[in-house]
Amino acid sequence: MTTLPATPTRSVEPDRRLPALGGFAPAVLRIELRRVLRNRRTLAFTLIMPGVFFLIFGLPQGGQTLDNGRPVTAYVMISLAVYAAMVATTSAGGAVATERALGWSRQLRLTPLRPSAYVATKLVTAMTLGLLAVVVEFLVGAAAGVRVPAYVWLLSGLAAWLGSLVFAAFGLFIGYLVPAENVMQFIGPILAVLAMFGGLFVPVEVLPEVLQQVATFTPVYGMGVLARAPLTGDGVSAAAVVNLVGWALVFGVGAARLFRRDTARV
Amino acid sequence: MTSTHPAVELDGLTKTFGAVTAVDGLSLRVQPGEVVAFLGPNGAGKTTTIDMLLGLARPDAGTVRILGGTPDNAVARGRVAAVLQTGGLLKDLTVGETVEMSAHFYRHTRPAVEVLERAGIADIAARVVGRCSGGQQQRLRFALALLPDPDLMVLDEPTTGMDVEGRRDFWQALRRDARAGRTVIFATHYLDEADAYADRIVLVRQGRVVADGTTAEIKNLAAGRTVRATLPGADQAALAALPGVDAVEVRGDSVLVRTGDSDAIARHLLTRTAARDVEITSRNLEDAFLALTTAQTGALR
Repeated sequence: MTTLPATPTRSVEPDRRLPALGGFAPAVLRIELRRVLRNRRTLAFTLIMPGVFFLIFGLPQGGQTLDNGRPVTAYVMISLAVYAAMVATTSAGGAVATERALGWSRQLRLTPLRPSAYVATKLVTAMTLGLLAVVVEFLVGAAAGVRVPAYVWLLSGLAAWLGSLVFAAFGLFIGYLVPAENVMQFIGPILAVLAMFGGLFVPVEVLPEVLQQVATFTPVYGMGVLARAPLTGDGVSAAAVVNLVGWALVFGVGAARLFRRDTARV
Repeated sequence: MTSTHPAVELDGLTKTFGAVTAVDGLSLRVQPGEVVAFLGPNGAGKTTTIDMLLGLARPDAGTVRILGGTPDNAVARGRVAAVLQTGGLLKDLTVGETVEMSAHFYRHTRPAVEVLERAGIADIAARVVGRCSGGQQQRLRFALALLPDPDLMVLDEPTTGMDVEGRRDFWQALRRDARAGRTVIFATHYLDEADAYADRIVLVRQGRVVADGTTAEIKNLAAGRTVRATLPGADQAALAALPGVDAVEVRGDSVLVRTGDSDAIARHLLTRTAARDVEITSRNLEDAFLALTTAQTGALR
């Protein structure tokens, strides 16, 4: 082995320690959010469209009330907030598909960024966008005259937001399943169908009996019931909780397995 | 910190894809500060070797050491950086944002402004990546690789697809940032690039090193001449035994002698044998490259 003379090559030797948190950094989140908000398609589908839906389908029902006397408009608004949040988190999680297709994830493997830190960044970005989607929908509702007690705003909002974690996992799952640049183009319609079965566009009760049975097993059903429970006062059925937890596990475990397959060496 | 470890130690690297052996027992040692061209035709196993070198692929057999440690460790500590053909960029970020974002993945980096300047793209920092030319994107990848101020820089055919001007700009950027002590390994199939920018050329063919030496030494492989003559029943062994003869090939009635002393061989052929139609041709780096990297040259050894 040759020992080289100690020639001064740099004025300061770079800090070669590993990055904190595997490279997970708030500054990256800021750039990620800026990126997401710059995407017109994302803005249209997550922040604008659900609000417009409310104005079109919710407002005309102004003055009508639920069995417990609460406004129907609030029911519609909360349902659409769930929809907005699920589209937001799915598209942010599904961005992994785009980044894999572009080869960015390969580029990242040449940096100290740990794959887990990358996924954490995507999850936090997804949940931030999800929160934004819920808040925007609620603001539209409030501006249009929806009035409910403060605890309903808070609990329904939290349920809609936290429930959308299921769809952040779904987005990641799809992201690691298909490397496609425009993954949302085919997930979008799927989400709409799921939202339909989840009672986000019309109450599940108006569906034919058979479809109502099917609906209780679809991934949006649980989060829809949970988000509306503070408003309707109907309580939360075990079926809804099992549905939410079950789908969270399915997509979470699925995403984790595909993630591991993706990061494995070949 | 003075590293006494070789920058790169590849030992018996082997990688197969199904029935194809992409890399076949390749060994290579590169000392700190060397600028090495990894030269070979497409499909020679350059990219697969680089993938294993960087820890992107796992060798079927053999070992990789970078700066005395594993590739993963070197990557995680920013000691090695690479510009790959396959590394993608996010089209919706600007050039500046891409550098800024990547900088946060490291504990410490050079300032973003500095690497943009070094890579010659400071003027387009605000441009969205999707609107950059191929050459500009490649220089952005280069800027990203400069961020950690790596001890080892690996480039896989960095100028593929660039026009002449783009290639020149890219190499100028690399040179501008060259500093004593940084090891550079670049794969290329452009002879002129290897000749112009490397201290050492490693020729690979079918996953093996077929020649390894300083640029001058590799050129010397090609410095000789080939004497061709028509000589039915040539005594190959006797010709090969003549002083200055590197190789003798018999093709039917023709004999080809590779030699550093073409005059002596021509004289010998014309005075001591029945040879006629003597031709003398000089060979260049291109010929050496072809000879060393083409499979059908078994006799010319």
